[in-house]
Amino acid sequence: MKAEEFEPRIVAFLCKWCSSAGSDLAGVSRMEYPANVVPIQVMCSGSVSPLYIFSAFNRGADGVLVSGCHPGDCHYIKGNFYARRRLNMVKKLLEYVGLEPERFQMSWVSAAEGTKYTQIIKDFVKELKPLGPQTKLRRTR
Amino acid sequence: MKRTGVFICHCGINIAGTVDVKKVAQELSQHAGVVHAEDYVYMCSDPGQNLIIQAVKDKKLDHVVVACCSPNLHETTFRNASKAAGLNAFRCEIANIREQCSWVHKDRAKATQKATKITKSTVEKVRRNESLEALSVPVTRRALVIGGGIAGIQASLDLANSGYEVILVERSPSIGGHMIQLSETFPTLDCSQCILTPKMVEVSKHPKIKLMTYSEVQDISGYVGNFKVKILKKPTYVDKDKCNLCDECTKVCPIVVPNEFDLGLTGRRAIYIPFPQAIPASYTLDIKACPGLLPIACGKCADVCDVKAIDYDMKPQIIEEDVGAIIVATGYDLYDKENMAEYGFGKIPDVLDGLQFERLCSASGPTKGQILRPSDKKEPKEVVFIQCSGSRDPENHCAYCSKICCMYTAKHAMLYKHHVHDGQAYIFYIDIRSGGKGYEEFVQRAVEEDGVLYLRGKVSKVFEENGKVKVWGVDTLTGKHIEIAADMVVLAQAMRPSQGAQELAKKLKLAMDKDGFLAEAHPKLRPVESVTAGLFLAGAAQAPKDIPEAVAQASGAAAKAITILSQERLYHAPTVARVFTNLCTGCGMCVQVCPYDAIALKDGKVEVNEVLCEGCGTCSATCLRSAIQVKNLSQHQVHEMINACLGG
Repeated sequence: MKAEEFEPRIVAFLCKWCSSAGSDLAGVSRMEYPANVVPIQVMCSGSVSPLYIFSAFNRGADGVLVSGCHPGDCHYIKGNFYARRRLNMVKKLLEYVGLEPERFQMSWVSAAEGTKYTQIIKDFVKELKPLGPQTKLRRTR
Repeated sequence: MKRTGVFICHCGINIAGTVDVKKVAQELSQHAGVVHAEDYVYMCSDPGQNLIIQAVKDKKLDHVVVACCSPNLHETTFRNASKAAGLNAFRCEIANIREQCSWVHKDRAKATQKATKITKSTVEKVRRNESLEALSVPVTRRALVIGGGIAGIQASLDLANSGYEVILVERSPSIGGHMIQLSETFPTLDCSQCILTPKMVEVSKHPKIKLMTYSEVQDISGYVGNFKVKILKKPTYVDKDKCNLCDECTKVCPIVVPNEFDLGLTGRRAIYIPFPQAIPASYTLDIKACPGLLPIACGKCADVCDVKAIDYDMKPQIIEEDVGAIIVATGYDLYDKENMAEYGFGKIPDVLDGLQFERLCSASGPTKGQILRPSDKKEPKEVVFIQCSGSRDPENHCAYCSKICCMYTAKHAMLYKHHVHDGQAYIFYIDIRSGGKGYEEFVQRAVEEDGVLYLRGKVSKVFEENGKVKVWGVDTLTGKHIEIAADMVVLAQAMRPSQGAQELAKKLKLAMDKDGFLAEAHPKLRPVESVTAGLFLAGAAQAPKDIPEAVAQASGAAAKAITILSQERLYHAPTVARVFTNLCTGCGMCVQVCPYDAIALKDGKVEVNEVLCEGCGTCSATCLRSAIQVKNLSQHQVHEMINACLGG
């Protein structure tokens, strides 16, 4: 398969209050971004268990995005601080086992940042395309 | 056996234009557990909802997925429809295939594939949902209002007159805010004090209002309907019940400091009453200015007080109150003149700001209503008013328009002409923004009846020369350089959120906008609500606004607070955390991370206080044994959703 033709499959965990709302705003504003990302709405980025990330890669995701409210603006006061700390550790762990660091990303997108969300998705897809399919953690049947 | 029904909305062409809804329905009909899948042009319409209700009954569905717009819009609609069909509301979930799919993609095949995945993942979630009923909690039927300006006063009166107890907290010694400092108000030239003092008196006499001046909110905890507030009551060192307002104490006090009420145009003593109509009518001993409370340091005021009202032993008190709703009306301050390098850094005595000029015009002001310039107490014959001083200047100062300055500057120029008939008023402006009832006519009146000269342009420099205040500017309509040797200059300084509002916002967990004003929940549809349930915004704390707007917003905030206070009980989302005690080892990690202190250790296991829990799920991501999970969004559900998202 040629690298250009490869369409990465991405799972995005979006917090309900900021990033999912920001993604909604991108829609309301009729912005356009690649359809590679399937969103899963969670209440808070702080609720994203490291298991979710591993589970997604295990089931064949080529990239995983976790997006929450900006640090300091968490709807649940401090959930995103826990997310930031916990997921940075996950990122290190993924790198340690040999996964390309680009495959796992975190971002902070507020409900007013439809443009930012659009850009993040565009950049993420662009970065993943040259990497090809993720096989490191994928479950082999 | 789970029997799930899937309903795909076309939303006219909003979804169907990009997503092949027939194909989505066909794919879903083959998904395990889905016994019914259909599409319809507008699911949210009555016929659309009836379609769902009928299908639930006919096909004996136990779960419903509606693939349509964002759940923020029609989740309630479809959950109610499911309820009407006899299902629990939580047996219905929304798959967002419009905002997060059809509206952001153009490729029909890819969008259809994505919409299918989103819908399948929602099916996987909903079939593992459980029936839940909303939790209910009793409501503390009293309110807290923070800030005793016109907005806080109006909100307090509206709440109290509706029969609810109100605690009005004001940090300065008297209520009245900035409005009580004003001389007259546009566009009617009503005397500001004359229209405000009746409301202030009403507040002080109202049996339902507990007024706490010289007090500050220290801490807040709890949630909508049941807040606990800690209020710091600073000592005034004067017993207001004993004080007979004889004013002997100020006569003997040796200390003079700038008077805040007159914005430094006059001085006051360390023991003072802010202004004659102050509510509560009592003196305050300013501990920062006073040489010391020990009689050995001074003690003159206590010596002359015949009624022994002065009590040096008064201590700060922390008062705890329970309230159900909170209105924040912390108001504004003017942008400091010291920031204005081009206008003399606030150092030139005859360059005043708008509020100082109000005091100068006021009958109760430092000059008893005569307009005399501060430096030599002479009547100024030429006065330059500069609008947008600090506003609409993103490079150097505030980017926004302070909204009220066009109007009050026209009023200032008019008042000046009414006092000094042979004087000349000049106004430098960028644009005149006079939207409002009678506002445009008011500006025209300033020009036509009072001969105010409007010059369109910015002032580049203000400086002192030979006892005059020289103003250099440009008239952009004629293109001419303008130089005015004025006797006085008045700056229409930008409005800023009041000092300390930021710290208070942090304590209340309120969001602020980029300029530091309190952020409303929605700019169009929820302008008086904050993002935190039970907290409402009123007045200039939210954005620059004039008196009628502040009053209207205050009444709006009071009405919103009443929607909570009028309830016997409030309902709380039941999607809260649950502990699997057989898995819990009692390590307590979840207790530490809970932002709401909703989890506690008891007998070696943790317990969730469902009323405090907001269902954020931070605990579940922390637990090493997955022993704590949020209802209807368990880790198992998310894993199955991930699976569906990646399938195909």
